[in-house]
Amino acid sequence: MSVDLQTVKRVAHLARIAVSEEDAERMTGELNAILGFVEQLNEVDVSGVEPMTSVTPMEMKKRRDVVADGGKAADIVANAPATEENFFLVPKVVE
Amino acid sequence: MSDLTQLTISQARAKLRGKEITATEITEAYLSAIDRANPALNAYVAVTGDKARDMAKASDARLVKGEGGALEGIPLGIKDLFGTEGIHTQACSHVLDGFKPRYESTVTSNLWADGAVMLGKLNMDEFAMGSSNETSYYGPVINPWRRSRLDTMVMPTTHQGDGGFVSAGGTRTARSLDNAQLVPGGSSGGSATAVSAFLCAGATATDTGGSIRQPAAFTGTVGIKPTYGRCSRWGIVAFASSLDQAGPIARDVRDAAILLKSMASVDPKDTTSVDRPVPDYEAAVGKPIKGMKVGIPREYRVDGMPEEIEALWQKGIAWLKDAGAEIVDISLPHTKYALPAYYIVAPAEASSNLARYDGVRYGLRVPGKDIVDMYEKTRAAGFGREVKRRIMIGTYVLSAGYYDAYYLQAQKVRNLIKRDFETVFAAGVDVILTPATPSAAFGIADEDMAADPVKMYLNDIFTVTVNMAGLPGIAVPAGLDAKGLPLGLQLIGRPFDEETLFQTAAVIEQAAGTFQPEKWW
Repeated sequence: MSVDLQTVKRVAHLARIAVSEEDAERMTGELNAILGFVEQLNEVDVSGVEPMTSVTPMEMKKRRDVVADGGKAADIVANAPATEENFFLVPKVVE
Repeated sequence: MSDLTQLTISQARAKLRGKEITATEITEAYLSAIDRANPALNAYVAVTGDKARDMAKASDARLVKGEGGALEGIPLGIKDLFGTEGIHTQACSHVLDGFKPRYESTVTSNLWADGAVMLGKLNMDEFAMGSSNETSYYGPVINPWRRSRLDTMVMPTTHQGDGGFVSAGGTRTARSLDNAQLVPGGSSGGSATAVSAFLCAGATATDTGGSIRQPAAFTGTVGIKPTYGRCSRWGIVAFASSLDQAGPIARDVRDAAILLKSMASVDPKDTTSVDRPVPDYEAAVGKPIKGMKVGIPREYRVDGMPEEIEALWQKGIAWLKDAGAEIVDISLPHTKYALPAYYIVAPAEASSNLARYDGVRYGLRVPGKDIVDMYEKTRAAGFGREVKRRIMIGTYVLSAGYYDAYYLQAQKVRNLIKRDFETVFAAGVDVILTPATPSAAFGIADEDMAADPVKMYLNDIFTVTVNMAGLPGIAVPAGLDAKGLPLGLQLIGRPFDEETLFQTAAVIEQAAGTFQPEKWW
């Protein structure tokens, strides 16, 4: 399978990365080189093979359903580019 | 000892405990070495001198009282991927500009609890994506090793022998260094360079497809990627969560064992951290390997592999045989599919993990006409080319209509790769010996690799299988090539059998010796 310029632009939008016409053209070539490389996986017979879900067989650890941490609003917003009263500020999304 | 930076961790530990040196003295020695070398090597992206001095002072107070921890007073460098409270943590990406976490990663917390001293944050490929440390927002790291040429000259008979190799006929050969700058490998290139150039006693690193072992091999250092689940991933910037593991890069096998003992732990904050006590890895160093079964996988003999790598591998086989190991030929039939499967699984996980860099919660924000425009502009400006490429591949293979063909197929192949290893271990093989990399370190801005991303990816051909199967792997220096550059061998072990890796790597180290670059910086 390979991608065309339109697909690259669509994927870039899905990934929320702005691309110029020039970027998209360059990426088309690069992505096709990578997709061409991974194509060889199709020759592997995987009939009856389960997809891997966990690399080490283990039961997922579960924490007790109790409040163990919190009260850190100031720490959480400390690295944000724009905040007000411990809220993240973003451009207006509702008209 | 005039230069304290030359001490290994085990040597420094003995001198610190014996009160022959102080943590402050050794810390100052490293800080001035960094000061002199960093402009040339670019290993550190942030040096935390004040913090290092404070930590060293506290270590000295504990050492005086005889209360020192396992790493008391040992100065370490920390890869920029580890969250360090109040200190530069940017995964060497522009998108994390100014990020200073309000928490400390579990691995670094463990090191500080054992008394280690932090010298600063180490350069790396952006978000650990790269095999040459050239994708860092902070510029490439330079390998302290350079190619050299053997020159032969006729010597006056009275002056034979200071430092060169003397031949019976009165000629001597000396190596002269080439000026070309080489990459240290990646993504932990800063860690490998800092350890190799004596800019820290040891360093933390991480390995998703070979990012500890390949740079270790390129710099003549020892690097171990432990079993998935051995070191907590909590507080480490995520790249591909089912593959990422932290581990140390060190100057010798014993030091790597000492560091891993402190880094590893059982952590309730990481659900994939495994409930197993951490063994005393250092105790494995020096144990005989008589009767051990060493597997040699035929699939690792790849087309176009330089003769020197094959010769090095044969040397490794001979050393282990001489030490009493039994050598067996084995087959890992799905080896060639590990790298293509990796380039689906890792980008898929990365595209999901890196979705959080949106200009809202951390780092860089580029204004836009609405919120989506702000996201797109921020991510376009904040991520470098390689990171964008991988996010794009990941987004594509996970998008509607392609998920089964790519991602599901890759995860099935991944199970087959793991099964290959399980089969040979079940047949009694204790450890697998392979080359660590298909070549020695290459030049900065290599044109072939810049033109074709897949060429760069091929660097990880021998290491990536280990991540796909979640196994432990160690790279240990085994010799120099004809141009005087270090080459490494890799040992792969059973899950959670890092001890066998240290035990076997120590035998290779004993036979091969250790390697130091000639200082030019």
